[in-house]
This record gives sequence, structure tokens and C-alpha cells, in this order.
Amino acid sequence: MAVSRLFGASVRRREDPRLITGQATYCDDIQLANMAYAVIVRSPHAHARITSIDTSAAAAHPGVIAVYTGSDLEGRVASIPCAWLIPDSDLVVPDHPPLAIDRVRYVGDGVAAIIAEDRGAAADAADLVEVEYEELPAIVDQEKATAEGAPQLHDDVPANTAFRWRMGEWDDEAFENAEVTVSHRFHNQRLIPNSMEARGAVAQWDAGAEEMTIWLTSQNPHIHRVLMSGVLGIPEHKLRIVAPEIGGGFGSKIHHYPDEAIVGFAAKELNRPVKWSETRSENYLATIHGRDHIQDVDIAATKDGMITGLRAKVWANLGAYLSTAAPGVPTILHGLMYSGAYKIPNISADVLGVLTNTTPVDAYRGAGRPEATFLVERIVDLLAAELEMDPAAIRRKNFIGADEFPYTVATGITYDSGDYDTALDMALEMVDYDGFRQEQAAAREQGRYLGIGLTSYSEICGLGPSEVAGAVGFQGGLWESATVRVHPTAKVSAFTGGNPHGQGEETTFAQIVADEFGIPIEDVEVVYGDTSKIAMGWGTYGSRTTAVGGTAIALAARKVTEKARRIAAHLLEADPDDVEFMDGKFFVRGAPESAQTFGDVALQAYLAWNLPDDIEPALEENSFYDPSNFTYPFGTHIAVVEVDGDTGQVELQRYIAVDDCGNVINPMIVDGQVHGGVVQGIAQALYEQAVYDPETGQLLTGSLMDYAVPKAGMVPSIETDRTTTPSPVNAIGVKGVGETGTIAAGSAVINAVVDALAPFGVRHIDMPATPEKVWRLIAEGSQSNGSEGESESTGVWRSLLNRLR
Amino acid sequence: MVSTQEVSATINGTTRTAEVEPRTLLVHYLRDALGLTGTHIGCDTSQCGACVVLLNGKTVKSCTVFAVQAEGAEITTIEGLAAMAPQDGGLHPLQEGFWEQHGLQCGFCTPGMIISAYEILQRHPDPSEEEIREGLEGNLCRCTGYHNIVKAVQHAASQSAG
Repeated sequence: MAVSRLFGASVRRREDPRLITGQATYCDDIQLANMAYAVIVRSPHAHARITSIDTSAAAAHPGVIAVYTGSDLEGRVASIPCAWLIPDSDLVVPDHPPLAIDRVRYVGDGVAAIIAEDRGAAADAADLVEVEYEELPAIVDQEKATAEGAPQLHDDVPANTAFRWRMGEWDDEAFENAEVTVSHRFHNQRLIPNSMEARGAVAQWDAGAEEMTIWLTSQNPHIHRVLMSGVLGIPEHKLRIVAPEIGGGFGSKIHHYPDEAIVGFAAKELNRPVKWSETRSENYLATIHGRDHIQDVDIAATKDGMITGLRAKVWANLGAYLSTAAPGVPTILHGLMYSGAYKIPNISADVLGVLTNTTPVDAYRGAGRPEATFLVERIVDLLAAELEMDPAAIRRKNFIGADEFPYTVATGITYDSGDYDTALDMALEMVDYDGFRQEQAAAREQGRYLGIGLTSYSEICGLGPSEVAGAVGFQGGLWESATVRVHPTAKVSAFTGGNPHGQGEETTFAQIVADEFGIPIEDVEVVYGDTSKIAMGWGTYGSRTTAVGGTAIALAARKVTEKARRIAAHLLEADPDDVEFMDGKFFVRGAPESAQTFGDVALQAYLAWNLPDDIEPALEENSFYDPSNFTYPFGTHIAVVEVDGDTGQVELQRYIAVDDCGNVINPMIVDGQVHGGVVQGIAQALYEQAVYDPETGQLLTGSLMDYAVPKAGMVPSIETDRTTTPSPVNAIGVKGVGETGTIAAGSAVINAVVDALAPFGVRHIDMPATPEKVWRLIAEGSQSNGSEGESESTGVWRSLLNRLR
Repeated sequence: MVSTQEVSATINGTTRTAEVEPRTLLVHYLRDALGLTGTHIGCDTSQCGACVVLLNGKTVKSCTVFAVQAEGAEITTIEGLAAMAPQDGGLHPLQEGFWEQHGLQCGFCTPGMIISAYEILQRHPDPSEEEIREGLEGNLCRCTGYHNIVKAVQHAASQSAG
């Protein structure tokens, strides 16, 4: 479709009026008559045997309706499933009961559920559940967890290794014979997603209809429905999942969690509505964490900087149980992206998925790709340093050329389109790269340490072709549904199986539909988030909603247009092939004065008084769009920092993001996605880290007091620009932009910090680059390679905690 | 059962009364007892600022105040903000600013963010970027990276001045 009125315009968001006036309904805002409240009693120990649970005092507490333990649920609520069963591995999925029965495996593992008349009574009674534990040794480090003699979490998972996934040929000879090799260990630290709304669920059982409705903080209500149908034993057509307003997810609301199932069970058992609302402190323990890799990386190259090989051995910490998508994140979404933006002939990976006594780890914004991009972009910078090459020059030398797309990289995936040089050029110009290098040199003379860091990334999103989903073990499809229903008055309801929760598709999809029909955007409603309204859908994650769901919307609308054209042709007594559709009007080519409007045709379609013989009444079409490939956004991000040599404080002075996400429907929304993603990436680079006590397995960063989600004053404004290389994969040429920021920012910032510290001989610093860590590196200088062994910051936390005790 | 106490306050210009437990926090009084769910709860350690309201004209985190402490007070929540400076379309300039500048994504932090910004504009009618970022240090947003929130507050300031 040609450039049109709304596609490409920064239309104000249609979801905003209710959000800025306090009229939106989030999960915890739902009040139902006779509603009871649930609180989950959680393990205070990282690893222990449960020797007894006494619930009598809790059950006797005023207002308590029921108390359930793991044994009460046995045989009645099934184990929590894992839904990404990766091939080419020896994956073992350990049993994950909804409440622990005889053993707890992480701090936060559920052991009992209280249902009471109000929140206060439920919370009070939770304190009265007496659980006797026999503590067991805990293990939180994924590398140590694989060692002989380490505490074992699950009897059927030897060496705590849920899988070993290998990709490519691990070719020692190629690396030994290379002209240059560089090796390094990176820690990609554990993060806590921190959507501002924690999770929650409200379940209501209709005993007459034998139907369950669960309002749920879900990014993908249909996936929740199919999983919970199995877990609760409620047939899928009798289970309705509604995602109300969702206060952010960042991946953490993809997954099916035990507490959600318990709420459903209790509502049916008690025949009363039950609400559970996660507290923030509980969210830190019970909602998935992200990242947490140890990566040993090797890169091989020629002396003039052509990369000839890249490989990594990865220990991925997956926590105590395999969460819904966990096995796919450090493998399929990670290893396949080791080529980055470059032509690398020899790529291999060896990934261990390791279980530890920690909160389960799963998809968090970027999900495997930030860990891949950091690995590639850091080792490329280390190679540039080794060869004394400019970081921009080595990237340019190895880029896949703009004329080489579609390009199949060594990992086997085919990038759809790209123009990496142009994005790099634009970013270098924005930062005035040459000017900065002069400024940097002058500053060093004065004892000031400026640094610049580049990331040129390519990422995989628009998930994805269902055939590939099946081939990589994802237990679902990745197509998307759309229904476009034109009402008799020509108002339109567009139903999508995507489930936006801040990304703005309620607006951008309306832009698509309004353009297709030439009608005002006010006449279009976008409907999502309710399995009783939407036939099927795979939800919002993996930057897929616009590329897959938006394309489905456009295709369904085009089917509507074709039907309307045939009706209009009949009314105009013309051949459909001679009827044009422009600005909302059907007319015979060359005779626009005699037109049938879109509204005329919609009404006639419903009246059905005078339709062509082969046309059924009404005006509604579906699309079940399965993409032929993923999409591959790309770009260059540049960070500029100054490091205080005395304190180790890193000041992020500028952040430049040049992204190419294909065609842009709403530039304002795209920029907003970049801003937010970049700041989450900056947060990983400079501030955030989930820290466990290595011996007790206690989460030391257990609240917003201890875990550094950035505040407004901790980050700069973001300088954004873009290039536009349409994706040939889909009909609207879009790629996806939800995760580019977290994918690119970590390595851009760390490359800048390392560049600033070059005068001290520093080669690397692990994230987050806290003042303490930077200060130590400056003090140690070239003695250190910057990679944490027995984590220094963990030691600091321990001593701090000991002092507080 | 536990004892309860009657709490009356003027909320968004209307006197409201409800029976609550003495331990009830102001945010739960607003949300659960009065049904004003525009004020949100994002944490349990008074860090996030999603629950910020105006109490006698000053911003407070309503999770740090007992409901009984608000007896007789005047409280403004996001539901009542527009009435304080109505524009065409019935929105406060700050609400317009957040809408116009895409200062929100999931919207969960937004009510508290807007109320905190209200106080910033009381103190600094024409705030600098630094004053806005400093003024919002009690409010967390995970979606926007704050970039457009800064622009939203500046937009509101320019509208108010005009």
C-alpha cells in the first residue's frame, strides 16, 4: 500500500484517555461480589525438606475460609508445565508442583495458600502457618552447580543440568590455526523485570454453566488458557482468560505461574470469586528473573581484522524449575544470533541449562538476544583492541553488505533485509565521532577519562514462522489471528490475538485499519485480551505483535475490501476489476462522480437486499497469518561516558540510538519503545543486579530498596533517529522495535566505560559498572581482566548484611 | 472481628466516609473502601510512587499514611485532577501533556507521576529538565525511560503559562 494518511503519522494514543484519568481497570482494580482473597505462604529457605506443615492455627483465624497445602492439591491441580522443549539436547523437565510437597527449592517457593474474607485476614493467617523445615545445602552459582558434589535440586536432573544444547561444529583446529584469537569470560548478570504492576489473578467459577473466568496479568491470554486448561482440568471451551489493563510485562507475564493456578482451583473449590495480588517483595521472589549467563567466548580473526570464527560455552542459570519458555531463551533466542551484524563463517555454541536454588529465569525483554549481542559486541571490541583497530572500522569491515540480503548466516537463519553501514554512519555523524576522539585525547591530557562505545546489532524478532516454532520445540504456533468486522453503520471492530500492554497497538492497529478503509480512526475499535472475544492468539512478546498481528489485521482488512469491492461493483453494475477504491469510495475507473461509499457498501452488505449471487451477507473477514520468516531489526547505538578516576562514578553523557525497524506506523510510539528499552539496557550496564547470598541462597536485592531500578535523574534523554529498510517478509514491511534498546544498550555503555578506562589498561568490566567495581579496576589497572570470579559485589553485600545483623 | 473506625475526608471535592481498620493505609482506603482505583500500588516499601496523591495540597505516597490520619483532610487523586484546572476536553494540562508527548506506555505509574508533576509545577512553573528529573525521584517508571515524561511536564508548563 502506498504511503497514506495515518500509516507513518504520530497519532496520539487512543488508550491514553482512560490511563491519564484513572479510569483504566487493572487486575487488582476488579471487585466482584462475595470475593475472597488469597495469600501464598512462601518458603524462607532456598533449599529444605518440609518435615511438617501445621495449618490449624491459620485455618482457625477469623475470616479464613480455606488453607491449602501441596498435598491438598495433589491429583487435583497438575504440575506446572514447561512449554519450550528444545531439540538437539537431552532436556529433562523436572516436576514442578503448584505448591511444594516435601521439598522447597528456592526462597519464594509456595508451600501453602490462604483464602480469606479480606486481604488483611489472609495476610495475618499466612503468618500462622507453621512449617518445619530441615535445611539442605543450597547452590546459586550455575557453574558450581554442575560440579561434582554440588547440592542436587532434582533427583532426575543429574549435575543439575536440565540440558546441554550444542550448535555448529566446535572446531578447535580452526581457532588454533587462526592468525589472531581473543578469549574472554563475561558474566551477564541476573536481572529482575520490575513491571510497575506486579502480577495478579481474579478467578470466578460459574457453577451453573460450569465455566471459569480468570482475569489475569497476562501477555498472552490464549497461551494461558491452553496451559491452565491442562493444569486445572477445565476444558478449554469452558475456561475464559481475560487480560485486563496490564501494567507492563517485559516478558514476566508470558509465563504460567503456580499462584495463578491456585487461585483458579480455590475459586472452583469454594464457588466464590478469589483474588490474588502479588506484592512487590513477593514479585522479586515469585516472578521470573532474566539473563544470568556465564559465557566463555572465543573469537578468531585474520591480522587485518576479518572475523573467521566465534564460539561460546555458556552456563545459563535457569533457577529452581523450568519456567514456561526457559529452555528456549539461552539457546534458540541466543545462540542463533551469534553472527550479529557480521559475516562469520564458523560459529558454534555449547550451552548448559543449569538448575539452581534461585527464582526461575525466563524471558525478560530481549530474552537471549541481549546476552548474545553483549557477547558479540564486547568480544569484537576486545578483538579491535588486540589488533589496535578502530571499533567502527572493524565493524564496518565485517558487516553483511546492504546488497547481500537476504543473507543466511552460519547459524542457519536468514536475515530478511538490512543496511548496517548507513545506520552506523548516521550514528557516528550524530555523535561527531572524529570530533569526540580529539576531545577524548585532550581530556586524557587533563586527567579526565571520556569513553565512547558502539554497538552495531542485528536481532531476531517478529516471532515467527510456526513451522520453525515446531522445529525448535516451542509448544505452540507463532502465527497470529485477526478479525475485521465492519458493522452496518461502517464502524469497525478489529480483533487481534496480540495482547498489547503499553506498546500502543490499540492505536497503531487502528491506524492500519482506518487507512485500509479510508475512514476516520475514530470509527475503528481494536479489541484484544479476552479469549471469549478473540478466536485464538499467541500474544505479545518477542517484538512480534506488529510484524505478525499487525500484518494479520492488514490482510483481514484487505479481504474485507475485496468483498466490498464486489458488492460495490454489483451496485454500480460494473465488473469488479473495473472498480477502484480510494479515500473510502468505490467507483468505476474514470467515473469517480458516481461512487458507493464504504458506508453505503457496509449497509448493503448487512441489508442483503441486493447482493451478487455468490456473495454472502455481512462484512467481516479473518486472517490467520503465519509469517514466512522472522524479521531482523538492526542499528547502531553509541554511548558517551565520563568516568571519575577518583570515585569510579560513570556519568552517561550521551546516548544515541539509530534503529531500523522497517516501516514505521507511528514514529512517536516507536521512539517511546526505544527510549524505554534503552533505559532498561542502561540499567543493566550501570545499576541493576539481582544478588543471592552464595551460601544461604537468600535474595539480597529483595526489594526496590536494594535493587536499583533507575530513577529519572539516573539516566539522560535519549537521542534517536532511524533508517528505514522495509522487511520483505510481511505485507506492511514492519520488523519490530520492542526489544532493540535492551539488546543494544548494555554493550554500548560497557564498551564506552572500557574505552574510558583504556589508559589504566582495563580490558573489560562486567555489568553493572558500579562505582565500586570501576574504582577497583582503576586501582588494579592492567592486573585485572575485569571479570568477576567469586563476585566481589556479592562479598560486599555479605559484609554489609553481616554488619546489619 | 477486628475493630473499625469511621474515616471522613473530602475526596476530589466530595465528602466521603467509610469504616476501616485502624491499620488501613490511605491507599487501601481510597482503592478498596471508596473504589477510587486510579491510585495504584506498585510496591510495598514506598519506593515506586504509583500511589502519590495530594493531601491538603501536598503530595504524599498514600501507602505511607494511615487512613485515620486523613480524617477531615482534602485529598485529590488522579480522578479529580482535571477539575482543578479544566481545559477543553476536560483534562488538566498535565494530563494533556502526558497524552500529547507520549509520556506513558502501560499507564500504571502515570497517576502518581502526574500528581508528583503537579507539585513540581507548583514549585517551578517553568521547570528545567534537571528540576523535573529531580522532582520525580520518588516515582518509578519502567516503560518510558522518563524521556517523554520530561517532555510531558514541560508541555504542561508551557500550556499553563500560555
